[in-house]
Amino acid sequence: MSGPVLEVRNVHKHFGDVAVLNGVDLTVAEGQVVVLIGGSGSGKSTLLRCVNLLEVVTDGEIVLDGQEITDPRVDPDAVRRRIGVVFQAYNLFPHMTALRNVALAPRVVGGLSREVADQRARELLARVGLADKASSYPDRLSGGQQQRTAIARALANEPRLLLLDEVTSALDPELVGEVLDLIGELKASGTTILMATHEMGFARRVADQVCFLADGVVAEAGTPEQVLDAPEHPRLKQFLSRVLAH
Amino acid sequence: MVAIAAWLAVTHAPGWHSARETFFSGHSFRHDGPGIAKALLVDLEILAIAEPCILLLALIVATMRTSVGPMLAPLRIGAALYVDLFRGCPMIILLILFGVGIPSLGVHHVTNSAAVWGTTAIVLSYSAFVTEVFRAGILSVHPSQRAAARSLGLNPRQTMRLVVLPQAVRTVVPALLNDFVSLQRDVGLIFIVGGVVDAVSKATIANEETFNFTPYVIAAILFILIAVPSGRLADRYNLRAYQRQQAGGAV
Repeated sequence: MSGPVLEVRNVHKHFGDVAVLNGVDLTVAEGQVVVLIGGSGSGKSTLLRCVNLLEVVTDGEIVLDGQEITDPRVDPDAVRRRIGVVFQAYNLFPHMTALRNVALAPRVVGGLSREVADQRARELLARVGLADKASSYPDRLSGGQQQRTAIARALANEPRLLLLDEVTSALDPELVGEVLDLIGELKASGTTILMATHEMGFARRVADQVCFLADGVVAEAGTPEQVLDAPEHPRLKQFLSRVLAH
Repeated sequence: MVAIAAWLAVTHAPGWHSARETFFSGHSFRHDGPGIAKALLVDLEILAIAEPCILLLALIVATMRTSVGPMLAPLRIGAALYVDLFRGCPMIILLILFGVGIPSLGVHHVTNSAAVWGTTAIVLSYSAFVTEVFRAGILSVHPSQRAAARSLGLNPRQTMRLVVLPQAVRTVVPALLNDFVSLQRDVGLIFIVGGVVDAVSKATIANEETFNFTPYVIAAILFILIAVPSGRLADRYNLRAYQRQQAGGAV
């Protein structure tokens, strides 16, 4: 498919009088990993929630595969089927096994039979290295295993775009690696990803483009080398000195 | 200690000898006991019909009450009115209005059975309470669970049915069992509508024949006995839930 997978054009999002997004522009091309960085409250999560239509944008438009999904006539459920989301706190369904978590959407939304949905879920769990945990409930899994299950669940609809919202922020340090490695593998297999993260080392290794959000806009964007090694915006310099200081 | 003191106080009271015959007559136990026990089956029948209706109705109303979005405001308002009305009205008055009032209208093609309308009153009254139990359960499910379900493309109804309600129901099972025990004795209030010969009304009939109150004591003992299994079931469930939560560590 030609053209970018995702285009964010001049998106504004206000909560009452508070403007969280103030005209964000952003493009994610097929197979790219675009990383959002920025301080807490800079609007990274809000932007991801807007792309997934969990928030209604105040102004501007978001285009997914050439379709303007911020058009009110668009069915949000149909859009969300084409976008996979992984949350900071995993948000697995605690009353379902890992397999049921992953098989839920293919069966209910994709209309697959239980057998076919389960088969796909098994394949996805194997892909994230959890083939032996299919019948485990989330509270029996480590944080890293839960997050990998959540990634398998997000992939179950075969999404065009994967949104990752600080997916390693809730993990113990020694579990961060297994999740980041998995995301690296997803990129290698051609998955298009927009992610918010604080893992600068990971951003440097895996990102095609890094976007620095400040004051509700993309204050600076470019390759990891440009943004992380030769920052120009004073806010970015300040942010990087704080993040990289320890 | 308290029980022994109470027992001594009662048995040494000046009126104990006549009271014993009025409330604990051996003759009445033998004479009225079997009939009251048989009439208890009517209470159990009402219970067996009412409880599923209560759960279903309460689940529907609770779902309406917790719906989101401006379009569904009428549902929320209707559900709130329902709860206010039927939870606020004393059940015994509701029983009279439904069990006596509606049959007296003599509407064609509609049953005039006091048992049916009395049971309806019980269902309406109890489901208003159980609605609030379910609502508390639904609200206890973290919004991030909804967000996760909607992100997968599930529509609001699928999200409710497959993600929110299963978790909500699990949370409120102890409260539901408690309400069930409460319902077990409150079905006895149906005697007020007349024409339904349940255990309480059978005891009333016996009392009116002999002016002896032992039949009420018999009915009370029977109601207590049927409440015991449900009580133990609730205990077992609560213990299991507690142990599950403690699986991570023992404090």
